[in-house]
Amino acid sequence: MGRKLLLEKAHIENIRSYEVYRKEGGYRSVEKALKTLTPDQVTDEVKKSGLRGRGGAGFPTGMKWSFLTKPEGVPRYLVVNADESEPGTFKDRYLMEFIPHLLIEGMVTSSYALGSNRSYIYIRGEYAWIAHILEQAIEEAHQHGWLGKNILGSGFDCNIYVQRGAGAYICGEETALLESLEGKRGNPRIKPPFPAVKGLWGCPTAVNNVETIAALVPIINEGGEEYAKIGMGKSTGTKLISACGNINKPGVYEIDMTISVEEFIYSDEYCGGIPQGKKLKACIPGGSSVPILPANLLLKTAKGEARMMNYESLADGGFATGSMMGSGGFIVMDDTQCVVKHTYTLARFYRHESCGQCSPCREGTGWMEKILWNLETGKGRSGDIDLLWDIQRKIEGNTICPLGDAAAWPVAAAIRHFRDEFEWHVTHPEEAQKRNYGLAHYADPLSVSVA
Amino acid sequence: MADEIKKAPAPLKVTIDNITVEVPAGTTILKAARQIGGEVTPPAMCYYSKLEGSGGKCRTCLVEVAAGSTADPRPMPKLVASCRTNVMDGMVVKNITSERVQEARAGVVEFLLLNHPLDCPVCDQAGECHLQDLGYQHGKEGTRYQFERRTFEKEDIGPKIQLHMNRCILCYRCTYVADQLTDCRVHGVLDRGDHANISTHISKAIDSNFSGNMIDVCPVGALTDKTFRFKNRVWFTKPVDAHRDCPECCGKVTLWQRGDEVLRVTARKDEWGEIQSYDGKPGWICNTCRFEKKAAADWVIEGPTVVNRHSVISQGHYQGMQMPKETIQDVMSGLNPRLLMDIHDISEVNKIELSQLPGAATSANYKNESTKSE
Ligand SMILES: Cc1cc2nc3c(=O)[nH]c(=O)nc-3n(C[C@H](O)[C@H](O)[C@H](O)COP(=O)(O)O)c2cc1C
Ligand code: SF4
Ligand code: SF4
Ligand code: FES
Repeated sequence: MGRKLLLEKAHIENIRSYEVYRKEGGYRSVEKALKTLTPDQVTDEVKKSGLRGRGGAGFPTGMKWSFLTKPEGVPRYLVVNADESEPGTFKDRYLMEFIPHLLIEGMVTSSYALGSNRSYIYIRGEYAWIAHILEQAIEEAHQHGWLGKNILGSGFDCNIYVQRGAGAYICGEETALLESLEGKRGNPRIKPPFPAVKGLWGCPTAVNNVETIAALVPIINEGGEEYAKIGMGKSTGTKLISACGNINKPGVYEIDMTISVEEFIYSDEYCGGIPQGKKLKACIPGGSSVPILPANLLLKTAKGEARMMNYESLADGGFATGSMMGSGGFIVMDDTQCVVKHTYTLARFYRHESCGQCSPCREGTGWMEKILWNLETGKGRSGDIDLLWDIQRKIEGNTICPLGDAAAWPVAAAIRHFRDEFEWHVTHPEEAQKRNYGLAHYADPLSVSVA
Repeated sequence: MADEIKKAPAPLKVTIDNITVEVPAGTTILKAARQIGGEVTPPAMCYYSKLEGSGGKCRTCLVEVAAGSTADPRPMPKLVASCRTNVMDGMVVKNITSERVQEARAGVVEFLLLNHPLDCPVCDQAGECHLQDLGYQHGKEGTRYQFERRTFEKEDIGPKIQLHMNRCILCYRCTYVADQLTDCRVHGVLDRGDHANISTHISKAIDSNFSGNMIDVCPVGALTDKTFRFKNRVWFTKPVDAHRDCPECCGKVTLWQRGDEVLRVTARKDEWGEIQSYDGKPGWICNTCRFEKKAAADWVIEGPTVVNRHSVISQGHYQGMQMPKETIQDVMSGLNPRLLMDIHDISEVNKIELSQLPGAATSANYKNESTKSE
């Protein structure tokens, strides 16, 4: 039974309103930070907590904040990344929709630590109703003195603005997000300079995920050291996982990163196993960009150890036999799923979402999509699989932003682990239209749930 | 001590393909490589030193950094865009000596050519096209692409410029020209991904007196001069440097002539295919010089242009050519030969005033008596 720090109170009736949130102990962290800690002390607590960015890359937040340059007379900004457009990821939506004040509370404290007097939430356009919820919460926080001028008499001023995106996955990439926030075309910038030096309007900026900023609340309330005690190794605290696909109980779960993948999938506390007694075939453990793993490598690492739901264990074995925690979008596939079709779907997504700035991503994503479509519809040729491999290899690492890598990795991993299924699509084009390849050797070693 | 502070910061040493040069701090790898020159210099399709913010997009200039600096000699894990990466002291860079780079570059060229129409036979840029050069260097025979190429409609952007979006490699240079040289930018990039395209969106004419410079910065034949369209192949024309007193621009140009006719006017280019600078200022030219002054009499001719590009156009150029010794006078004891025929009497072709034709020159023009000059 894991501890919950973020969503513990998310289901209390009317927690969305300020009164209930405050009664449940809301905004205590702001009081503590603004009255008893200096901004640098807040950053120190974050460093001690070992918090890692929840947006995908898992970069230590405290370290990221300490890179922020502080030139005299230049404003600094905090920008919260609520663009959440990675297929399979829907945790931020849940948090903002059910307990919006948690994000606002975390933002006030973070803004104080960073010295940001104007902080922004960049939210994906499709979350239109959540933008209203957030604006409502900001309004309430203003009325009760948690935002505005001279908050709690500390001399610190802070305002929060919500900016809606217009439906582009690429605007989740932090520099594309900043361009879009500045009112320009959402093309990723060429780095360096990094946002910590030149971000929004050319000023030092920290871009952080919604969940990362919300985690400031328990970190300040309990202290960084206490927070760091939860979890395992360098995976401290709790993590929101949005689980979907072929599981009995899709939804958003808060885990403390000490449980195994097996427990997460099969126990009734979390996903509740695979419906209709089907078998587990494969899983994408961290959102569509991270490598897909076949069941045998998902549950156990190449060394034969149980794979755990945390940053280190999910990445164990590198890309050869491991994957990534990514953004926590956990997509489960049972034995009736077709990996080729699935890979095609992802390739189509990345082709559609590429900004088109750099040649390998602009041209390569479309090429991969077309080849995968041929394979899926029985028109594949024998050289296509090697060609796909070569294309993804020429995209990966050669682009401006990680979207190119994100488009290459799923294709690479699918071929790496499921090559025989791709080959079967070429050698049995007609049969492949009528039935699925099934399980073959990735057999799910467990047929009964452990819980 | 005070003296030391006043001194310029020490130059940085960088080694590119085993050649070491010293450059001032803040120099990019590409610029350092250009200082060395020759083969060591990575090709640059999107970077343009005279356009702020350009570069980083096409990825043809990728190089390997084998050692980051003396202070931190670790290699960089990824290939980096040399046009946007600054040199560090003691950096070791591999360009043509790196197989990884050659392979990645060949990959980029393949990507750039994937949807390219390869219509060089009817493209005005042929002969001075950077994509052609790259294709010759890194391209492979045949294509691995088995799909229909994407196409766009041709678009007139302004009365004198035509956009062939099919040929565009989305280097963004023209948008920087529009941003930085003209008062009001009315064209840009629409859509995204492989359907991204340069457009004015509402087919609005671009009418700024410096808009023509877009044609000069375009590395391919996507933006072409409508006054030159199909008039001639560049390798048949004779480039000469010329100038005039222009109230709007530097007035220093290259005239591309055929006989005495001026078929095309462009800014002068340096060895990297960029517009030349004069006293540190880029020699952009105005539309009046480019499109209106098409008579040799409008210009003071300085002499033949030195074409120092490695492309097709320079195949027949004069630089470095050994002129054979004139022998007739020797054998005729100092007498000059008498010309026996006038080539114009023999060949009708040469009588056609190409610049007077309303459109492209076709065989019909040569057959049809009425279009002959006189
Ligand atoms: C194509 C692309 C899309 C991204 N989308 C998101 C997103 O929707 N939400 C997010 O928090 N981070 C996203 N990121 C990661 C951000 O660039 C950035 O790393 C993150 O916001 C940093 O916050 P963190 O340190 O709190 O994780 C994306 C990255 C890429 C390359
Ligand atoms: S990798 Fe793709 S999305 Fe990222 S900058 Fe390049 S073209 Fe745009
Ligand atoms: S039209 Fe030419 S200059 Fe403009 S983006 Fe395309 S290739 Fe570059
Ligand atoms: S010239 Fe450097 S990326 Fe295009």
